Amino acid sequence: MPTAAGRIPRVRTSPTAWDRLGTCRARLGLDRNQYIVNPGLFAVGLPDAGSPVVVTANYKLTFDTVRFALAGRDVWLLVVDTRGINVWCAGGKGTFNAAGVSEQVRKTGLERVVSHRQLILPQLGANGVRALDLRRTCGFEAVFGPVRAEDLPRYLDQGIDEAMREVTFTLRERATVIPVELVLGWKPILGALAVAAVLSLFGYGFSLGAVWSRWLVAAGGTIMGLFCGAVLFPLLLPWLPRAFSLGGAGLGLAGAQVLPLFFPHAPWPALAGAGMWTAVLSSWLGLNFTGSTPYTSPSGVEREMRRAIPVLAACTLLALVLFVAGGFAGGSA
Amino acid sequence: MKRYRHLENVTTLTYDKAKCVGCGLCATVCPHRIFALQGGKAEVLDREACMECGACALNCPTAAITVTPGVGCAQYIIQTWLPGKRRTSCC
Repeated sequence: MPTAAGRIPRVRTSPTAWDRLGTCRARLGLDRNQYIVNPGLFAVGLPDAGSPVVVTANYKLTFDTVRFALAGRDVWLLVVDTRGINVWCAGGKGTFNAAGVSEQVRKTGLERVVSHRQLILPQLGANGVRALDLRRTCGFEAVFGPVRAEDLPRYLDQGIDEAMREVTFTLRERATVIPVELVLGWKPILGALAVAAVLSLFGYGFSLGAVWSRWLVAAGGTIMGLFCGAVLFPLLLPWLPRAFSLGGAGLGLAGAQVLPLFFPHAPWPALAGAGMWTAVLSSWLGLNFTGSTPYTSPSGVEREMRRAIPVLAACTLLALVLFVAGGFAGGSA
Repeated sequence: MKRYRHLENVTTLTYDKAKCVGCGLCATVCPHRIFALQGGKAEVLDREACMECGACALNCPTAAITVTPGVGCAQYIIQTWLPGKRRTSCC
């Protein structure tokens, strides 16, 4: 649409099939690091010189969430170059900052497009954008809008309230991050399965069948660990202990109890080793889930890691020894 | 978010009430609602809920709040432990 600063592209406010496919791919972790839109100024609906300006990141998942939330509104959308990273992470890493916002304001000629001098920033960008700097660098005053884009319409109508200001971590939000945990977790899992294949070579009876059945036990333990740590853990998080590694280990131990049902003929040391590996893997995945939560602090995570990692390493070693011992006990079972 | 808590007594958050000018930006930006304005000054209501995102300290006009900000993510911390691999990405 034409404005005093040239033609501004108008964005759709409902997802196309292409947008939906892209969202699925990003949620699966397939191309989430290059899922980018061009920074700049966009029109949502038919905004005029008095319409509010909403600032967001150029991660397409973020951009889509914001424009779809604004369906039916007349708003300017200022997309800042955050290198395709969401608002909160980009703020934490310094790619979403006051200088970047000012740069987009200047580049787009925003002061000629709107008559007011106010930008609505996402609240979670406050760890990167120093609001006080913006007035000095680009003449616009920054106000912090809601945490969630879905609250933007309510915010534009009624202003802010306490519920819009607090982060949440609902069952739905926790379930959303499961696919990406599973997909990104695959490489180390394949490594573990390869190591298990090598370990399965050691044992009583060097036939292909014996090696295969030993490997199946180790693979079963690995898959169970992945399931407990990357699927059950996020879902059950509110009811688990504070320490992520403990919760993960507990779920892994519970899951390991199922292994003898799948492998009734496996020797007990191999089952114990595989079960211990289930707990270790689940605990490690739980510890890694700290990166997906909106409430763990770096100090807390580092302290927990310093305590947990030596224990996990020792348990991994013990699991390996038990599993190989199981291979040699296999002949009598 | 009251039901979600990680380890206690780890946060690097400090607050110097004498420096506070009562602008309320900390109370605005905190995603865990730790600060509130009371009698023209900010108060720390719930220090243990701090996740060290750094929004309050960055936006405080008088540096009354300090915190060592960072990413509370195991992968990221491992990367910072490894030599020569500082400042890498995770989320």
